[in-house]
Amino acid sequence: MAATAERKDFAANKQMRAVMGKYFTELGQGAAEGKKTAWCTSVGPAELLRALGFNVYFPENHGAMLGASKMATDVIPLANAQGFSPDICSYLTSDIGSFLKNETPLQKMGLAGVPKADVLVFNTNQCRDVKDWFQWYARHWNVPCIGIHTPRGTSEVDDALVDYVAKETETLVEPLEQVAGTKLDIDRLREVVDLSKQCTLLWKQVLKSATHVPSPITFFDGTIQMGPAVVLRGSQDAVDYYRVLVDELNQRITQGVAAVEGERLRIYWEGMPIWGKLRDLSSQFLQLRTCVVASTYCNSWIFDDLDPADPFRSMARAYSSIFICRSDDFKEAYIERMAREYQIDGILYHDAKTCPNNSNSRYELPLRLREKLGKPFLTINGDLNDLRLYSEEQARTNIEAFAEQLMQV
Amino acid sequence: MPYYCGVDIGASSVKLVVIDEHQHLVARAIRRSGIDYAQSADRCLDEALTKYGLDRGGIRRALSTGYGRNNVRWADDVATEIACHGTGAFFHFRQPITVIDIGAQDCKLIRLDAQGRRIEFKMNRKCAAGTGAFLEEIALRLDLPIGELNGLAEQSTKEVTLGSFCTVFTATEILAKIRAGERVEDIVKGAFRAVIKRIEEMGAIDGTLVMTGGVVAHNPMLPRLASETLGKSAQVPPDPQCIGAFGAALMALEKTNGTP
Repeated sequence: MAATAERKDFAANKQMRAVMGKYFTELGQGAAEGKKTAWCTSVGPAELLRALGFNVYFPENHGAMLGASKMATDVIPLANAQGFSPDICSYLTSDIGSFLKNETPLQKMGLAGVPKADVLVFNTNQCRDVKDWFQWYARHWNVPCIGIHTPRGTSEVDDALVDYVAKETETLVEPLEQVAGTKLDIDRLREVVDLSKQCTLLWKQVLKSATHVPSPITFFDGTIQMGPAVVLRGSQDAVDYYRVLVDELNQRITQGVAAVEGERLRIYWEGMPIWGKLRDLSSQFLQLRTCVVASTYCNSWIFDDLDPADPFRSMARAYSSIFICRSDDFKEAYIERMAREYQIDGILYHDAKTCPNNSNSRYELPLRLREKLGKPFLTINGDLNDLRLYSEEQARTNIEAFAEQLMQV
Repeated sequence: MPYYCGVDIGASSVKLVVIDEHQHLVARAIRRSGIDYAQSADRCLDEALTKYGLDRGGIRRALSTGYGRNNVRWADDVATEIACHGTGAFFHFRQPITVIDIGAQDCKLIRLDAQGRRIEFKMNRKCAAGTGAFLEEIALRLDLPIGELNGLAEQSTKEVTLGSFCTVFTATEILAKIRAGERVEDIVKGAFRAVIKRIEEMGAIDGTLVMTGGVVAHNPMLPRLASETLGKSAQVPPDPQCIGAFGAALMALEKTNGTP
């Protein structure tokens, strides 16, 4: 193994830090400057909230920050003790635990704590947990919690489904206008949806760059680079940032710069990141000269269907089409397509104990895909945030053994 | 003659095997892993060399494996225990096999094709159930020396079912069985059966079933119970506890010869 393998940082990172820093600063100053704050699930109707002038805060992003900063495992027990089971979403338990302890990575960014919500807006397209999570804060602050109940397990996103979700989204407008103290300007909504669409297309280009051999970017880079696509979609800042990043990736491709020096294996990561172990895993894969080139997770922030000409219906279609709320038939076909497009050698499934909705190794899918693709798979047991559920030694050995196996083929 | 060494630093024991260029066993040693893996590997090597009248200069290449694989100062190469157990077992059974290795801290299922290429592998999930640590806990709970478990299980006359995924909960089940007046021989056999049930859940057994590891070496009833439960005759290679170290030595030889 190459002991000297090092991750190659992007020059664009400096700009990303500035863009993200500005976002968090504005969130922190929101109330003092008379801006209203809306909490939104990561694949919720952010465009609508932004068009109404809200500062939009994404608790799932905060969950990921708690995981990456390794604070999560310390604060989760506080939420467990308040009646939230250790078996449910550890974004939820770490976020509520962090609130109860009044300790958050946001404090290092100059915020007093998480920004208080004036309204919480969910979309259950990912799971029911987001609604339970938001309702806890709604009760705590006595503020409204409203949302969209997207059907799950769908094979085809048909017009009837889109009509239903679009209608539910439209019913949010009036209560949101009341909180915002302003009327929705449909042209402003179109403008925000257009910016979201631009962001999504650029983010797609970022991820597609990994179809090149060698890949200029890894999944681990992607989990960091996706920040603006998650919290700033619908803003010009996100669009501007991804233009810079796409240019840098194209430059890497032209110059033959590999994210993983001497790339010899290409892996697909299925499931959630293990936020508290990103650095360790990234460096293990570097040493194994193995590039995790694609993932369901990073691709979940591509919303091809957004269309400024038809904002409500296109948002409904886009947010009902995401991988996590689809049927296993769809998921199987999706991963098969990705595996071929990215020329992968094997698939790694992360079975996240507290995230059944984003763990796709539990219903025989890996065996079906192995049959179809003729590519081996590995399942590692862990969790997105709760490191009590992760055995580092087991995971390391499994990954090393998987690389050994792929090299023998 | 040059020699090739494989050392398997497991959670409980260090196993070391030396072979010659004809793949013949020349020396072996086993000792407790302790808390200093590097030192335990050194001592194990010295013990083997002294016992069999060899010197370090004769070792042409060494490969380390197991939990402490990266702690062996004199190893030229490193491989996972999955690779080494597969290689060691395939040496004895040159056909499609499924290797079940039961170690102190984990158990593994490794499927190999007719050429010895790995098709699939799996390690146990988070709990100790299905491992040597499970049997150690049961022995502790029953106040028995670990070495007596197999003999007691052989005297069992009744099936006692212990069903939990969790080692601690199984220990609680045992307390209930004791309260209900079950015989210790039957409880121990129930614990052995529980180990096999945990393995059954891990994956399909294709080809010949081969069982390896220290737990199998010390408890010959386990392969018999595996044969009953899994419906396949379980084969045990010579010196099953050292099969990972043997595989490591074979891989050291292969690397020297330039074969993959």
